[in-house]
Amino acid sequence: MKILVPCKRVPDPDQKLRLNAETVGIDPAALTYILNPFDAIAVEEALRIRETAHPDAEVIAVSIAPAEGEADLRTALAMGADRALLIEHNGPTDPWNVARLLAAVIEHEQPTLVLMGKQAVDDDANQTGQFLAAQLGWPQATFASQIEFIDDGLRVHRETDLGIEVIRTTLPAIVTADLRLNEPRYASLPSILRAKKKSIEQTTPAELGVQLEPRVRLIGMELINSQRHCEKVETASNLLAKLRETEVVE
Amino acid sequence: MEHDGTALRSGSGAALGFARALSEDITAFVLGENLEAMAGEAAKLAPVLVADHPALAAPVADRWAHVIAEVARAQNAELIVATSTTWAKDIVGRAAGLLGGAMASDVIGHEMVDGELHLRRPMFAGAVNATIVLEGSPKIITVRPSAYDAPTAATTPFTIEAVATDAFDVEKLPNATQFESLDRKTGARPDVTEARIVVSGGRAFKNSEDFEQHVGGLADALGAATGSSRALVDAGITPNSLQVGQTGKIVAPELYLALGISGAVQHLAGMKNSRVIAAINQDPDAPIFEFADYGLVGDVYEEVPRLIAELNSSQ
Repeated sequence: MKILVPCKRVPDPDQKLRLNAETVGIDPAALTYILNPFDAIAVEEALRIRETAHPDAEVIAVSIAPAEGEADLRTALAMGADRALLIEHNGPTDPWNVARLLAAVIEHEQPTLVLMGKQAVDDDANQTGQFLAAQLGWPQATFASQIEFIDDGLRVHRETDLGIEVIRTTLPAIVTADLRLNEPRYASLPSILRAKKKSIEQTTPAELGVQLEPRVRLIGMELINSQRHCEKVETASNLLAKLRETEVVE
Repeated sequence: MEHDGTALRSGSGAALGFARALSEDITAFVLGENLEAMAGEAAKLAPVLVADHPALAAPVADRWAHVIAEVARAQNAELIVATSTTWAKDIVGRAAGLLGGAMASDVIGHEMVDGELHLRRPMFAGAVNATIVLEGSPKIITVRPSAYDAPTAATTPFTIEAVATDAFDVEKLPNATQFESLDRKTGARPDVTEARIVVSGGRAFKNSEDFEQHVGGLADALGAATGSSRALVDAGITPNSLQVGQTGKIVAPELYLALGISGAVQHLAGMKNSRVIAAINQDPDAPIFEFADYGLVGDVYEEVPRLIAELNSSQ
């Protein structure tokens, strides 16, 4: 069976962001990128499936990025993915068009399972997996915290606001990974070196026959700084007095 | 409108508040099974359309999204709005995928500019607010419950109408997903996303007993919900359901008390819109203080018992 893992390249969330001169985007100068942490969890889960339930599984990482996005696909290869595919694209993408590009790859590769992060930590949209499932007419299991193969389908534990929900789906299916699905492995130095030598397959939106249709137009951005001024108090008793003044505590 | 099978979720009216701000012609849509009580609640806020059918007993995404999309098409809806929750992300997100993908998540503000709907939404864990325009119709939007109020309840309820019998074909509903169970969080304390006061604990707490004694104890003295930083969930000290942050719950209570929480960006994303924020932390330079209105530098193991004692003695 084939498992496809879409991998997004995102700015490292632990760095200080600056806006570009037009304030319609993040200043790309000196920005460092990483593999979206939720996608790393999806890669890890695919590898664990290959190591346990389905030793025959082929794990394919796919990314939509400029040429330098190869680096993040090599992270997936170093973790243990069998193949990597870069859809080379410069410029912005939105979840609708990412889903269309992935759907074109899926039509060609015919995977049994698509495992991906529930959201990317740059735009925080949490839409791509759902859009892809809708476009393909496949079942979806979002926010997965546990995945189990049963008969000819999956049993998935999902983290919802109301509690842990358990659903069964047929295959093929789209599963999006939540934080608690697993803890991704660190690639060893030898596997990082091996991954550097592996070839990365290349394609483009045009080759996939997809003409991008933007759904989201960015007008502007502003950096959010705290507007609060912290009043330091000396004792627990003083703190309680302040909270009573605000009338949120009786 | 989201419900839990017995009542509307408390934030669900925010979506109607957003819709009302843009249009007089709004409809509250409720789907599921045995919806009488929920339809009645919704009818206090807007005219209601119901899809009540045994085939919709459990909120499985492929079926419910299919019905939402079919009804939206039949109604010629230009705007589909839901309050941002895991339910909306899963199901309304899929419906958006069936309706052309012009979707904005977690909207916190809007403005009409030259006839275009500008939407404000957080990105990068709330470090940035972006203003966007959606291209295409219908537009699908989820809004943060803290950003919009429900419309004022009407004294005379609005009408309740069932969807036309041919609105969706039960035979053609997707059948690839089966609901098995829902392990509802039960506990005496209020839900962290719905509480007026949230007491939250971080890395300073060494184990579950200490967390329960201090964070739980203070929450009970205040009638509050408990929350947790990601560090404690990762360490197995608190359950997932308590996690506040970019990847957990987004909360905006009247008061957020951060105990022994340093204030990582991803945690701040989940609570910085609270009305009043107070923090206790041993490190005077902890980033949480930049986002707090009141700060006490000290050891939570010493300061929290003092707060609990003073609250209990004054009752």
